[in-house]
Amino acid sequence: MIARRNLIRDALAHCVLIVAAVVLIFPFVWMLSGSFKDSLEVVKMPPNLIPETFRFSNYTEITKYFPIYRFLANSIAVSVVTTALQLLVCAMSAFVFAKIRFKGREALFVLFLITMMIPMQVTMTPLFIVFQKLNLIDTYAGLILPGIFSAYGTFLLRQHITTIPDTLLEAAFMDGASYFKVFRSIILPLSKPSIAALSIFSFMATWNNFLWPLIITSDTNIMTLPIGLSKLQGRWATEWNILMAGNVVSFIPIFIVFLFASKYIIKGVTMSGVKG
Amino acid sequence: MVGQKTFSKWLIIIVFLLPSLAGLVLFQLIPLLSSAVISFTDWDLITKARFVGFDNYLEALGDEQTLSSLLNIVRYIVGYLPTVLVLGLFFSVLLGRKMKGVKLYRIFIFIPVITSWVAVAIVWRWLLNGQSGLVNYFLSFFGVQGPIWLQDFTWAMPAIIAVSIWKDIGYVTIILLAGLQEISDDYYEAAIIDGASGIGKFFNITLPLLTPSLFFVIVISLINGFQLFDQVMVMTRGGPAGATATLVQQIYENAFQNYKMGFASAQSWILFLIIFAVTLIQQSLQKRWVTYDR
Repeated sequence: MIARRNLIRDALAHCVLIVAAVVLIFPFVWMLSGSFKDSLEVVKMPPNLIPETFRFSNYTEITKYFPIYRFLANSIAVSVVTTALQLLVCAMSAFVFAKIRFKGREALFVLFLITMMIPMQVTMTPLFIVFQKLNLIDTYAGLILPGIFSAYGTFLLRQHITTIPDTLLEAAFMDGASYFKVFRSIILPLSKPSIAALSIFSFMATWNNFLWPLIITSDTNIMTLPIGLSKLQGRWATEWNILMAGNVVSFIPIFIVFLFASKYIIKGVTMSGVKG
Repeated sequence: MVGQKTFSKWLIIIVFLLPSLAGLVLFQLIPLLSSAVISFTDWDLITKARFVGFDNYLEALGDEQTLSSLLNIVRYIVGYLPTVLVLGLFFSVLLGRKMKGVKLYRIFIFIPVITSWVAVAIVWRWLLNGQSGLVNYFLSFFGVQGPIWLQDFTWAMPAIIAVSIWKDIGYVTIILLAGLQEISDDYYEAAIIDGASGIGKFFNITLPLLTPSLFFVIVISLINGFQLFDQVMVMTRGGPAGATATLVQQIYENAFQNYKMGFASAQSWILFLIIFAVTLIQQSLQKRWVTYDR
């Protein structure tokens, strides 16, 4: 009896979830389909899901409007470099905060936590002015620098490194290992799960970042994908097939990252939620 | 030997902390203080700044645009937060079931979360378009003539809210799901022995023990709500007639299009103080409704 009731409930749950999945996924399917249509079919009513002829040329024509593949390369470069540097900077400070006792450590760490509350919107105006003075407008350094320092990243890694037993470190020190050696051959390897979570967060945040790159770039050679796409739609507001081709170009890399790392991403989100 | 040890200890502290500390000071603290100073001036990037006291703050608090953008944010939160919580709760309960395929649904539900707001906002601009939009085409099957969503004064904000829920529901669901899985089975077993019904179990066990996760979602959602920008910037630019204008968008336009640095800084501090106050209020209310197990 109970087994049968469960079966019916499971079937109901599947029905609801399938409808939800369709609503959540369909816009992406529609984006993909639109990216292969020509400019007439894209506004045709009634619409068709599968294009009459697949116009792959949208993906080459788009470069006449905007250098989308340049944006793609910029986005990849900026996201990879920001993520790598952020991991290094955060791991180093997290190690100190978690494992090396010194006077004033707790106070300093609280200062770190407080800065997590400062919204970007407050600091962006003075930062922009300073970057202008330093000639960092429209440079990769201007895009990357503010993203390297993350109080959140330090916090996340510190929480994990604290759980590594002190006896492990003491044994290494007894063998004459230096602090740097301990960091490199004990701390880093043992923090792999949280480093993986942070690197994915950091990569996605940089890849999707909109406000800061919007302020700091006006040169199409330096723009990242979100800025490029928003400018593209600002000028060709209703050329849906071209816009969708641009969207697909920006979607595919982050989707690939997600496919390979969905386990870590979902675990990472879970971690941050339970801690909060 | 001991001396050397202390030396190398301090060396590693300085070398390892320096980058983070420098970043903290240069990119957070100094800009924060500068923005406070700028907010008391009439600086426009060109002429020399003059000290104007609280003028910018008084102007902002009496400014119709600033106030209506704040009101828009309140409308957004009122529409967004209860819906995303109820739906998130619903889906997290479904996805917490032990059945085949739930892992796949968890991945599906998360895809909108990982994508950039700009890309999905452009797709939704098309879906919500008056002539070639699929949403109105779909509604026409039910004999409903849909509005021109994003150009309609009444419907632009509900459309922004709906799209935001669509994008964030996966995140909320996964957070709540994690909270659900933290709840020990012992509670449910005890309840079954006491003869509790399914609904009774939900309201007496699941919901109270899920309050820490709900609290987290509410805090994050309110902070994000006050910072509403990306989707509005791409979908409506604050229009039509200011129906979806938000505070961050005003700050952006005042600072980087009108070069009213002083005024924009004052607005950004108002935003900061609001977020700070709302977070503090929630922390203090927390005791009243959040149940911490253990």
